[in-house]
Amino acid sequence: MSLLSSTLDLLTVIISGFGSLVIVSLGLAIIFGMMEIINLAHGEFMMVGAYATAIAYTEGIPLIVCVLLGGVAAGVMGLVVERLVLQHLYERPVDSMVATWGLSLVLIQSVLIVFGPNFAGVDTPFGTVSYGAYSASAYQLVLGGVAVAMLGVLYLIFHYTEYGLHARATMQDAESARSLGIDTSRVYMVTFFIGSVVTGIAGGLFAPVISIVPTLGSSFIIEAFVTVIVGGASVLLGVASGGISLSVINGVAAQGVGALAGRVALLLTAILIIRIYPDGLSDYLEGRLGW
Amino acid sequence: MSEKDGTIRDRIDPLGDRLGAAFSTFEGPHTFGNSPQFWSAFLLVIAFAAIYPLVTNSYALLQTTGLLVWVFLSLSLTLIWGYAGIFSFGQTAFFGLGGYTFGVVGINLVDITGATTVALIAAVVVPALFAALLGYFMFYGRISGVYVAIITLAVTLILALLFSRTAGSEFAIGDAQLGGYNGMTGIPSIQLGGGPLVVELGPSGMYYFILILLVGGYLLARYVLQSDYGYIMIGIREAQERTEMFGYDIRRVKLQVFTVAGGIAGLSGALYASVGGFISPPVMGLAFAALPVIWVTVGGREALLGAILGTLGLRALENDLAASGSEFATLFLGGLLMIAVLVIPDGVIPTALRLWNKYTERGVGE
Repeated sequence: MSLLSSTLDLLTVIISGFGSLVIVSLGLAIIFGMMEIINLAHGEFMMVGAYATAIAYTEGIPLIVCVLLGGVAAGVMGLVVERLVLQHLYERPVDSMVATWGLSLVLIQSVLIVFGPNFAGVDTPFGTVSYGAYSASAYQLVLGGVAVAMLGVLYLIFHYTEYGLHARATMQDAESARSLGIDTSRVYMVTFFIGSVVTGIAGGLFAPVISIVPTLGSSFIIEAFVTVIVGGASVLLGVASGGISLSVINGVAAQGVGALAGRVALLLTAILIIRIYPDGLSDYLEGRLGW
Repeated sequence: MSEKDGTIRDRIDPLGDRLGAAFSTFEGPHTFGNSPQFWSAFLLVIAFAAIYPLVTNSYALLQTTGLLVWVFLSLSLTLIWGYAGIFSFGQTAFFGLGGYTFGVVGINLVDITGATTVALIAAVVVPALFAALLGYFMFYGRISGVYVAIITLAVTLILALLFSRTAGSEFAIGDAQLGGYNGMTGIPSIQLGGGPLVVELGPSGMYYFILILLVGGYLLARYVLQSDYGYIMIGIREAQERTEMFGYDIRRVKLQVFTVAGGIAGLSGALYASVGGFISPPVMGLAFAALPVIWVTVGGREALLGAILGTLGLRALENDLAASGSEFATLFLGGLLMIAVLVIPDGVIPTALRLWNKYTERGVGE
């Protein structure tokens, strides 16, 4: 019994770990993979999504709509930021990193001033599933499924729409894309918008399982950055492969030793992987295995 | 170049020229402030700094010393980012490690040796070794650009997390309690020497000690910058591949610079810990990791002086804002950072010096 339940426990940790790594890092990966911009305000875009979700939730709106509203809120903010700040910094990736860092400070402090140190939380839906001695929060498992669904939707957007075609062309060679008549500035704007929406949705999805505080983003960014580094520049394949490998390592370390060990193991794995595959796992998968 | 200019200037400004000649070892195309006027001002500032403890009260002196310790952190970032072009977002990791090392070694050895010299050295060496290890994985893995920034950031955040989980008596190294989130207390002050000959630095002694380190460090850094080694660093910043094609092992140079910068940041942390007698994990956390980046970006990352003045100015401003209880301090800093990046990407000091040079048409070099 104990073997079965501990196996199930480990499986739960891995599935929910995979779900959260993918959800948390997708928006960051889109913006980084397509635009080579590291959005250091990534955690704060999640925070905006979570706040929008929580505010809508207190109005009695169903949770799933709230989460989508969270995505809209972060998306609108992303549009404003892209037009006002980032579009001037496309040639200077490090400066765009510094600027988004400044943005994150502004966002945290503004939310603190407006809403105070904490905000009413969102109830966790779905209750728990249990089997003998094993029990787990169903919502955590649902997140694993949501992660796969999000990957699927983005795959469709990037491979079966005109925008997706333009975006992939711009990503491969912006200059050639421009000379073929693609408005790359517009592509960047839309890409940043999509990345922001996805990040906002991520914040909304996590709103039920975290406390809604202005600094909530900072608890996610290590995982998000590590996943993107390990995955590499290829957005969806990178996030998926990074998410799977890291969730297994994190799960085993966290179950075997403790939650902190899981975090440390994540970082050590990331450093080791980029020492071996500097361009990330997706590069290895695409290059060696011909995916 | 300064000799050639000197022939004209001899007649008008012989003292200034002699000054310029004396400091020419510290001048090069990549150093800011290469004119006799600059060096005159430099000497004036040092003279003022030297008499400062005599003309001020002890509280202000303590405040100023507290400000100065941060300058080394910024200088380490200027060196690695402004000159070698490697954007490290986690210099605070080495800062914190330096502070903790100083605390652990100092608390354990101060009763035995009567001094904290060993602790000070260890606080430079340990972060430098840590930087070397991390740098090996990064630079020999050929990681560059934003990846380095993310990894260094992740490292400092993880360290902050690790140290904040060290509450309880089982987390003690010798007599030093790590103290978890509340941090380590009872860290001794800097006591130089060893055995029978120990000098304990009082408030003004500490001030002078840091001032000497700072001026020495500044001149040393300027000397390195106009040396061949400095040119390789600039080469890496400007065109990494080209520098490599010329036959330089850029991986090794990056590793060396990163290691030295780690040591300097460690020194900064040790000074911080010894001035306050205290260090805690938040100095490695997100908010603190941002600070040196802000100071250096606003001050001017390609000028040592920009880092120094940016740090002193903004840190003093932060202290004032925090003391007045304003919740807008962070808002202001974040906004300032974004505006600085957009409007004066080179930073205040290089922009100002460039304008000054253009206006007077006298300064040598860019």
